[in-house]
Amino acid sequence: MATETVRPARARRGGPVRTSEGARAEARLAFRLLIPTGIVLAVIIAYPVVRALWLSFYSDARFGTSQFIGLDNYVRAFTGSGSEVFWQAFWFTTQLTIVTMALELVIGFAMALIMNKAFKGRGLVRASVLVPWAIPTAVAAKLWEWNFQPDGVVNQVFGTNIIWTAGHWSSFWAIVIADVWKTAPFIALLVLAGLQIIPDEVYEAAKVDGATAIQSFRRITLPLVTSAVVVAILFRMLDVLRIFDLPFILTNGANQTETLSTISYKESIQNLHPSYGSTLSTITFVYIILAAFTVNAIARAEVVKEGS
Amino acid sequence: MAATTAPTRPAVGEPAASRRGFGTWLRENGLLLLGVAFIAVYCLAPFYWMIVSSLKANPLLDNSLIPTNPTLLNYREVFSSANNFQYALRNSVIIAGTTTIVALLIGVFAAYALARLHFPGKKIVLGAVLATAMFPLIALLTPLFQLFSNLGLIDTYPPMIISDISFTLPLAIYVLTSFFSEMPWELEMAAKVDGATPGQAFRKVIVPLAAPGVFTSAIIVFIAAWNEFLIAFTMTQTLASQPVTVAIAKFTGASRFEQPFGTIMAAGVLVTIPLVIVVLIFQRRIVAGLTAGGVKG
Repeated sequence: MATETVRPARARRGGPVRTSEGARAEARLAFRLLIPTGIVLAVIIAYPVVRALWLSFYSDARFGTSQFIGLDNYVRAFTGSGSEVFWQAFWFTTQLTIVTMALELVIGFAMALIMNKAFKGRGLVRASVLVPWAIPTAVAAKLWEWNFQPDGVVNQVFGTNIIWTAGHWSSFWAIVIADVWKTAPFIALLVLAGLQIIPDEVYEAAKVDGATAIQSFRRITLPLVTSAVVVAILFRMLDVLRIFDLPFILTNGANQTETLSTISYKESIQNLHPSYGSTLSTITFVYIILAAFTVNAIARAEVVKEGS
Repeated sequence: MAATTAPTRPAVGEPAASRRGFGTWLRENGLLLLGVAFIAVYCLAPFYWMIVSSLKANPLLDNSLIPTNPTLLNYREVFSSANNFQYALRNSVIIAGTTTIVALLIGVFAAYALARLHFPGKKIVLGAVLATAMFPLIALLTPLFQLFSNLGLIDTYPPMIISDISFTLPLAIYVLTSFFSEMPWELEMAAKVDGATPGQAFRKVIVPLAAPGVFTSAIIVFIAAWNEFLIAFTMTQTLASQPVTVAIAKFTGASRFEQPFGTIMAAGVLVTIPLVIVVLIFQRRIVAGLTAGGVKG
């Protein structure tokens, strides 16, 4: 109690007072509070990941025996009998990721700029933006399957006559549209949060100095909102690279629209090949980690460049 | 009141309109109104179409924007003996509810440590939590499926509840930590200075302060668990355990080749409306919870 009143500044910043004794006690308490989480995540995440890696070095059991085969499963996926399916899924997932991310960024950014302008009914817009986010992806997939029917509302509204799920590229765009609809509003929220930490005075000062609207957007808005955008990009990239529900329900892989997650699922669960399925899911996992690190590194480099 | 706030925000609503006339106001805000209309239509039109389609007796033959003869036929079909959707709803409530409670009970401790205590390696723990929240479920699926098969638990609740913890717990910790970091904790000490016991300070000061954040986290976690599909599709076989997402994906009509879209849309409306209502009521808090961590980087 006495020590607490002596150093109120530290206490106000959060956490009890830190003497070396106190710091150790605090660390011990933190450790104890984190134990349940650590145990749970070790059992539910670390164990399955290690187990999947382990499985990927074994052959799928035929007549009850499964043998250690080293990297044969990986060779099979990259260059062997599984390569056609694998590379189709790999490129399809990658294309989906790039195209949906680009569209979502543009639409989400535009929405955020609109929402950031103060006006009446801002709550209404924010509420409507949350509706696509709240709808379960499985339900959204069914909804878009319905919208994309040959006699459906999409063809009617746009005066087209496309049988959306009959071809590769039309299926691709059907998935893109459904995904962009559901998640561009989420990007808008993340970017909006970034926009709102820019104080109005900065814009007013720029205006006084004679900056045009386009100049203030390029020189003030874009640089200051970069970190929020990077977070949004990372979130979305990790999400689309593992995409499952939407393509699985909308096209179920027809016309070369398998994704990395759908082929992993089909091998493991439907074809009862847990080892080869685990190989595919491990590759997916590693791909996602590499992509995340790459984007993160590029983003950091960009931020440093702009800072200097 | 309105007149005093007008000068700082000249482009807002009525005060400006009453001073300079509606025409000027519309000219200045026309583009903005257009943008707002765009957002509303973009977000709500597909949802509106789901509701409209669910109210039509034969949506396949009827593309009218407003149902001419609205009917609840599809909603009756959702609960008919062919679909028995009430069981799926029950399953979803149990699975998502239990998952939420467990994730929050464990997550609250971790979030308190991360938001409030100083300890070495804190950044690494935070990073690890964020990384696991974004984990590809597919990488866990096969071992978890084998494990629960061996235990004879397929088509029961535990496989889904346990597997869902893998992404709901990190999500809960992430959202709770951002709420806890913004709480005015010094009030706890003020209460103690005023003579409250630690127990009183906790019950009368900390709990009321933390409750809104915990509640919002619960909503976000519940929605995430309610919407889960891949795990549930893998671990279930019958309506004894199938949640709504799986049941809707598996709805069958009279013919194998003609999906009962009216019924599917009705079921979609039923599982979405409660979420939408909750989201509308708590929108401000939910947005804060979803984005707080993102801005801080």
